Amino acid sequence: MRSNNPGDLAAVVRNLHKQFDGFTAVDQVSFEVKKGEIFGFLGPNGAGKSTTIRMLCGILPPTSGEGRVAGLDIYTQREQIKWQIGYMSQKFSLYEDLTVEENINFYSGIYQINEDTLKRRKEWVIAMAGLQRHRDSLTRVLSGGWKQRLALGCALLHEPSILFLDEPTSGVDPISRRQFWDLIYELTGRGVTVFVTTHYMDEAEYCDRLGLIYDGRLIALGTPEELKVKHMKDAVLDISCERPMEAMGMIHQLDSVKEVTLFGNDLHAVVKDAAKAKSAITLLLRKKGMSLFRLEKIDPALEDVFVSLIEAQGKSTYTAGKNS
Amino acid sequence: MNLRRLAAVARKECLHILRDSRSLYISIALPMILLLLYGYALTLDVDRVAMVIWDQSETAESRELISRFTGSHYFTAQSFVASYKEIEHVIDARQALAALIIPNEFARKLGAGEPTPIQLIVDGTDANTATLALGYAQVVTLIYSQEIILQKVRQLRGQLLTVPVEVRARAWFNPDLESKNYIIPGLIAVIMMVISALLTSLTIAREWETGTMEQLISTPVKGPELITGKLIPYIFLGLLDVLLAVLMGEYLFHVPLRGNVGLLFAMATVFLAGAMSLGMMISIITKSQMLASQAAIVVTFLPSFLLSGFIFSISNMPVFIQWITHLIPATYFITLLKGIYLKGIGLEVLALEAVLLTLFGVVVVLLANFKFKRKLV
Repeated sequence: MRSNNPGDLAAVVRNLHKQFDGFTAVDQVSFEVKKGEIFGFLGPNGAGKSTTIRMLCGILPPTSGEGRVAGLDIYTQREQIKWQIGYMSQKFSLYEDLTVEENINFYSGIYQINEDTLKRRKEWVIAMAGLQRHRDSLTRVLSGGWKQRLALGCALLHEPSILFLDEPTSGVDPISRRQFWDLIYELTGRGVTVFVTTHYMDEAEYCDRLGLIYDGRLIALGTPEELKVKHMKDAVLDISCERPMEAMGMIHQLDSVKEVTLFGNDLHAVVKDAAKAKSAITLLLRKKGMSLFRLEKIDPALEDVFVSLIEAQGKSTYTAGKNS
Repeated sequence: MNLRRLAAVARKECLHILRDSRSLYISIALPMILLLLYGYALTLDVDRVAMVIWDQSETAESRELISRFTGSHYFTAQSFVASYKEIEHVIDARQALAALIIPNEFARKLGAGEPTPIQLIVDGTDANTATLALGYAQVVTLIYSQEIILQKVRQLRGQLLTVPVEVRARAWFNPDLESKNYIIPGLIAVIMMVISALLTSLTIAREWETGTMEQLISTPVKGPELITGKLIPYIFLGLLDVLLAVLMGEYLFHVPLRGNVGLLFAMATVFLAGAMSLGMMISIITKSQMLASQAAIVVTFLPSFLLSGFIFSISNMPVFIQWITHLIPATYFITLLKGIYLKGIGLEVLALEAVLLTLFGVVVVLLANFKFKRKLV
């Protein structure tokens, strides 16, 4: 099915680098995006996700490195790239004082879509976004989920082969997020490549492949499963106990425990040897007279992987999954 | 430049203007209000100067002199007083701007053929009005003296004597020297400069602030298409303002429009395009609506008001400042408007101004495009 034949690649970057005045936004990043896959770009705010996306979209020229999107050079063919891609920025950049249909008409004009095609595409966008009864509503009055789907529709009017989504689900309710991802799957089913940035760990699980970016550097690359196996040699224990905050500090002191993080009301401990750590934790809590409700080895979540990777980078903790 | 994309931008911008009814009202009402305010308030004519009179002489001769003052439309008699204290009070209270004092021996000295001084006091706090009032008073007195001399000569010689040299003044284009006739055309230029730059200063900055610019730059739309597309509806809005201003000039202020109306609107279009591109450029540079609108007013209002020859004559300015006036588009537009309005002249005389105004527009449009390109990187 998928191969590494260059013809099957939607985007390739080698040592992509972007230097702004006084700081490095993107530091020697290399990766490939295969045609028809959902490639997730995961990382905290300010890690360089948006800068990377903007370089790939031909909006921002890189400082150094190479890159091709849809077979086009990101330095010299930036204008041609714009015809091949759809881009949706973080804020669903629609004109709020224009109606749904007027927004669609505007972007159709910009993409020079001819009359016949426009009619078909407009109906498709309106049906896809579920806006049949809101054609003439001002965009301002639409809910976040509707705005998001309309923005997606506007970015897809010219039927691009690659879709770039920059944090597409920020500020959208969970049901709309779910619907949005269904749409994304539908698109990739039709051969569209999707490049999406996010800082939601659960969304990262939906991606075919992931790149983890931190501080401008790509620190891991692979499918979600690969990342969990390759970068998580240690086991993860889920601990449910009395006064978890207090327990966290004590468990952290144990030699057999590498890392403890709060995970909802539970604690997740990263340990080298699960059996050894289990008995140490049980003993410790019993000694302190704190009830232990549950202690078991679990499959690491992406969040655990990400936290441990960042810890490995020697950086301060990043509370992943929390919307900031 | 692709026409389809240009049209899409222009149509979208048109919708923005129509949807934002508050801004639309302001952009139509504000120029009219400003024209009304400045048109009525900014009169440089000095007439019917309120004057108090202390007639110590109280003779037929003194009353004749007084009637010469009050009979002209330059002075009106505010009141008659009988002491310096009263004069001081009236001038302090700004009830009168001038005082005429005719001395006791006025009629006697006049009859004896002796020089007869009269005193005129003016309120010097308003130097401009005071100077004009003094000038009027001198002319009134001079004519009166001349008549007395001529009369005396006739009595002595028994024949008529004519004055050897006499000025027969005639002001062309504005025979009554009414200041509104040159203020209104200039005012249209100043107001339109400010309004134009103000309107467009918001457009690009708004797209940056709402994040729609981020989306636009990922599409194939080009800078010139965006800038020109945005300009088109605003130029029509500006022309509507100019039309309203011209109608007010015609029917409210009765300023004669002697030249070609078509030429006036053609030049207005060129001027609006330049002024609006300036606003657009400010918008591109600042990226903030707040900052852009303030900058637009500062950059346009004072230079257009002070350095365009609107009120203050450019030829009286220091050479260095005169150079600066050439950079202000309102300078050319005011010359054009005054020429078309009052002199009824056309491009045969005003070609240079028309060319320079066009040049300004072209340079600003190019600069705006250049700045836009720079901002994206």
